[in-house]
Amino acid sequence: MLLIPCPWCGPRDEAEFTYGGQAHVPYPRDPAALTDEEWARYLFFRDNPKGPHAERWCHTISCRRWFNVVRDTATNEVLAAYRIGEAGPVIS
Amino acid sequence: MSAGTRPPGADLPEHPDHLWREPDPKRSYDVVIVGGGGHGLATAHYLARAHGITNVAVLERGWLAGGNMARNTTIIRSNYLWDESAAVYEFALKLWEGLEAELDYPLLFSQRGVLNLAHSLQDVRDSVRRVEANRLGGIDAEWLDADGVREVCPIVDISPAARYPVLGGTYQPRAGIAKHDHVAWALARSADAAGVDLIQGCEVTGIDVRGGRVTGVRTTRGSIAAGRVALCAAGHTSVLAAMAGFELPLQSHPLQALVSELLEPVHPTVVMSNAVHVYVSQAHKGELVMGAGIDAYTAYTQRGAFHVVERQMAAALELFPVFARAHVLRTWGGIVDVTPDASPIVGRSPVAGLYLNCGWGTGGFKATPGAGAILAHTVAHDEPHPLARPFSLDRFTTGALVDEHGAAAVAH
Ligand SMILES: Cc1cc2nc3c(=O)[nH]c(=O)nc-3n(C[C@H](O)[C@H](O)[C@H](O)COP(=O)(O)OP(=O)(O)OC[C@H]3O[C@@H](n4cnc5c(N)ncnc54)[C@H](O)[C@@H]3O)c2cc1C
Ligand SMILES: [Zn+2]
Repeated sequence: MLLIPCPWCGPRDEAEFTYGGQAHVPYPRDPAALTDEEWARYLFFRDNPKGPHAERWCHTISCRRWFNVVRDTATNEVLAAYRIGEAGPVIS
Repeated sequence: MSAGTRPPGADLPEHPDHLWREPDPKRSYDVVIVGGGGHGLATAHYLARAHGITNVAVLERGWLAGGNMARNTTIIRSNYLWDESAAVYEFALKLWEGLEAELDYPLLFSQRGVLNLAHSLQDVRDSVRRVEANRLGGIDAEWLDADGVREVCPIVDISPAARYPVLGGTYQPRAGIAKHDHVAWALARSADAAGVDLIQGCEVTGIDVRGGRVTGVRTTRGSIAAGRVALCAAGHTSVLAAMAGFELPLQSHPLQALVSELLEPVHPTVVMSNAVHVYVSQAHKGELVMGAGIDAYTAYTQRGAFHVVERQMAAALELFPVFARAHVLRTWGGIVDVTPDASPIVGRSPVAGLYLNCGWGTGGFKATPGAGAILAHTVAHDEPHPLARPFSLDRFTTGALVDEHGAAAVAH
């Protein structure tokens, strides 16, 4: 089980959270202007790295807030947690 | 022979010490297959046996069939909703029905049937719809009411007071299970005997592309030139695609399973419930084999969280009160490559000569011979097999998805 550091409540068990997939995927500003390829990318393509991954979590059974985490998908190590609107860390 | 006179598993066959050679990689091959799981081995087998292509290497970063092939719960069935999927899985099921003879090896293929339970009115409607669709497509499928469920599997609690009342279920009598290790070993032996090099401990670390065409792979055991390359890397396919310079609509998730200690035969079939997230069968040796859905986040760790296991056990106990005193012997996880429509991607990639076989997600074991046959055809002819055509990568752009979430999410 992951120990996830909610930026509002501190470290809590994974079971308290809901996973929200890749972070920082903006809704297209003008969806109607997208080509089929661009629309497909927005709908269906998400990062799937073996390594650091910026992702959203919601602290469903406590503060109920969404926030961002950078987690290494090869080790499950949580490298950073930050509030929505804050810039993510630079992970090399 | 009555149960109790011989220990469970006593009738499993002995294996010879060596079923394949341990060759060093050559400098070049006509076809390089990345990944020595069930699909890679089946592809090699059919390239050699159906298309006469034997200058082939299967490159495996670990040991043969140590990935999902060793970790799956071996459910085989073809009762998917859409014609495209039913066709592909039924093609595979027909191959399974002749595979022991084809490979001359005991696979413990047991057509003990698969039951998918319905617990709500919506479940019933979806299930009956799927049964009708299957029957129209020539696939054996039946709708059973609760008493029918009990007849097939007497230990399911069908009492109206049950926490998850059983309103009925779909049943595919020709579905079943097989012994995954034997399947891998038999395919490996066949490919090896035909001249295919099975190379273990050989990780592909780069894919060479020149002028839009694949020319070879770089590996931890040196560079290998290749006329064609087929990706059979399951959960690691995104990593390999990135080496070749493109992305795929895949998410790699942990999927867990577990077994109980060995028990006398109590469970004659396979029971799944999408609604309560668990499925159960009993292996030949006697373990109860159970699994559920994926862990929510993406990962490559081959392990998942215990609360997921705990939840699936809670569900299993509601359906099978008789399991209350069984002990968990072992839990484990694999990494499955999941697509947005819960259907596989098979066919050409954006790079010429590089072929895709991925996205089988939680349910690719049942496809093993079918996927191998279709991919071998696709590689041999540089032309997608007719059954693979609906599963092209460009369906995510055209919108022609094959949405199998109802038939393939928790059910494997
Ligand atoms: C717990 C669990 C239960 C499941 N239950 C079922 C079920 O009941 N029924 C069903 O139909 N399906 C089931 N599945 C799904 C099924 O196991 C997979 O869809 C199927 O095994 C995938 O094909 P494969 O056998 O070729 O994969 P794998 O055996 O995973 O083979 C892929 C291979 O590629 C290798 N590889 C990866 N990257 C590289 C690289 N860079 N270089 C060289 N080699 C590489 C890996 O080491 C691996 O051996 C289950 C999966 C899991 C994890
Ligand atoms: Zn919180």
